[in-house]
Amino acid sequence: MTRLASAIAARVTIIVPYLWLLVFFLAPFLIVFKISLSFTAISMPPYTPTFDLSEGWQAFTEAFSELSFENYLWLWDDALYINAYLTSVWIAGVSTFLALLIGYPMAYAMARSPDSLRPLLLMLVILPFWTSFLIRVYAWIGILKPEGLLNQFLLWLGVIDAPLVITGTYAAIYIGIVYSYLPFMVLPLYATLEKMDFSLIEAAQDLGSTPAGAFWKITVPLSVPGIVAGCMLVFIPAVGEFVIPDLLGGSQTLMIGKTLWNEFFANRDWPVASAVAIVLLLVLVVPIMFFQQAQAKAQERGQ
Amino acid sequence: MKSLGSIRRSFAPWADPDAKPFIAFENVTKRFGDFTAVDNLSLNVYEREFFALLGASGCGKSTLLRMLAGFEEPSSGRILLDGQDLAGIPPYRRPVNMMFQSYALFPHMTVEKNIAFGLKQDGMPKADIEKRVADMLKLVKLGEFAKRKPHQLSGGQRQRVALARSVAKRPKVLLLDEPLGALDKKLREETQFELMDLQQELGLTFMVVTHDQEEAMTMADRIAIMDKGEVMQVATPAEVYEAPASRFVADFVGSVNIFEGRVAGREDGRIEIATADGVTILADDATAAPGEGTVWYAVRPEKIRISSRKPENPALNAIEGEVWDIGYLGDMTVYNVKLTSGLVVRSSELNSQRTTQDPLTWNDRAWLTFPADAGVVLTR
Repeated sequence: MTRLASAIAARVTIIVPYLWLLVFFLAPFLIVFKISLSFTAISMPPYTPTFDLSEGWQAFTEAFSELSFENYLWLWDDALYINAYLTSVWIAGVSTFLALLIGYPMAYAMARSPDSLRPLLLMLVILPFWTSFLIRVYAWIGILKPEGLLNQFLLWLGVIDAPLVITGTYAAIYIGIVYSYLPFMVLPLYATLEKMDFSLIEAAQDLGSTPAGAFWKITVPLSVPGIVAGCMLVFIPAVGEFVIPDLLGGSQTLMIGKTLWNEFFANRDWPVASAVAIVLLLVLVVPIMFFQQAQAKAQERGQ
Repeated sequence: MKSLGSIRRSFAPWADPDAKPFIAFENVTKRFGDFTAVDNLSLNVYEREFFALLGASGCGKSTLLRMLAGFEEPSSGRILLDGQDLAGIPPYRRPVNMMFQSYALFPHMTVEKNIAFGLKQDGMPKADIEKRVADMLKLVKLGEFAKRKPHQLSGGQRQRVALARSVAKRPKVLLLDEPLGALDKKLREETQFELMDLQQELGLTFMVVTHDQEEAMTMADRIAIMDKGEVMQVATPAEVYEAPASRFVADFVGSVNIFEGRVAGREDGRIEIATADGVTILADDATAAPGEGTVWYAVRPEKIRISSRKPENPALNAIEGEVWDIGYLGDMTVYNVKLTSGLVVRSSELNSQRTTQDPLTWNDRAWLTFPADAGVVLTR
């Protein structure tokens, strides 16, 4: 009896996460997918067809035949969307690269710092999360705007004669994204670098490798899992980022998150907005699969 | 001092005053903040020597090795290798290689690539690297494991990969930091002899750091016993054991009984020591004179016979006590005998040649006997 009970308990434990995914991921996904196959309508909700069993089974099945992939064709035909996707991927890619360039030395320095100092450094990396993301992005407007702190400082130094225009440009978006997502790069990198046995570097040097050589041949290959994890954690949310391009990038910047928002709220075109979201998801699934594969590989290596 | 030739083989460049040291530590001091890890230490090691640094953890032996490898720079003093001052030469340009205690095998490389790593750094032609790696794999009998990653190997196999990697470049000196520390006892004993054979075969100078005296005694030509950053004695294993220079050395290497006392009299190169435990010990000694400070008489347990009867020979030292503990170790039996003063003296007898006819048991009265030359007189 107890064996049966524990077997059931084991099943339930496995089912819970699947149930969670079903309710909070798969079901909303299917709803969004269905909307993406619908048409806009001036009604409530603002699309047709709607499935309603009260009209009878016949009407319910007929509604299916009204669904079409037209919105996807629309996305394909209009260069705006493709450009927005490409720009988003490009901006996210460049930001990820910049975050890696800044984050790696930070994580390395943290991992090599004395044991007593590490909790403090770790705390400092996490500290920005104590403040709302939105407020931190607004703060950047205060820093970057023409009469902002940065320009005032540079004018005072005499480096520039006229204020730099940063807000409203892609540069501001890069700054915003790199700043906001840097902790997501630093933390996984720190986790892998901190675990690394420093005697491996000594061994490499002992065998005739210069410090730089040892870094490229030993430290970097061994921190690949951290690099991959950090890059995914920055890249994936950065592609769909809406707040940063909206607040810092100004009106003419074209990122997919912003386009989606416009379709949804400004144009009130739910079906197209849903199609944009579905395509975005597919665009992101590819890097996630990459990530998973790298993780599995790392696990296989026993690291 | 008794003459003790090397029982190992006729290799003793340290006894030759004209021999040039291969590695020379000259008044080397290393400080880490307030802590002095190595204190004004001077030491010579000769070419093709198997040299062991023996000491408890924190005695500075690893620091000494790391300074030779180039991971630490001496705070003062110099280190010469083959006549060349090593100061300022980074680890990657020193003709020494080290086998790390943790082995420090590169986890992302196969056994083959690990061994080839150092050779590639030297820019050796590819064909030569392949041949050398194959030779090394054969040397450590790991040919079939060439394509494995370190985590797919057993502890003993990893140890051999580390060894192969560190000798692959044919360094002038091979440094071994606790090379057998992570192996179990049986494997350790086997590997000791393998290391000795390897050193003979390659003709390299080995410098090994260990805290295991048995390991040092078995493998090394000479042992430096270290304590608190200083060398207490440098000598062959036999000398260290039979003629320790101080109480520390006597106590550190093997088991020993130490009697504390003063020189009460002297005749014919033999002294009488009146110990604090109320016994008088006759000892062979040429130097200590009556009235000088405290002296210690150190005698190994296996040099002390135990008997239930008082010996008749007056030339032997004889001490009476009570059998306090008996330890049967298989090959020998250890007796702890308590004197009236409370001092516990240890005697051990090989079970194959136990002289005691009457089996002694707990709380029996027993006589401990040993000749005057059984132990050594120490002044520090």
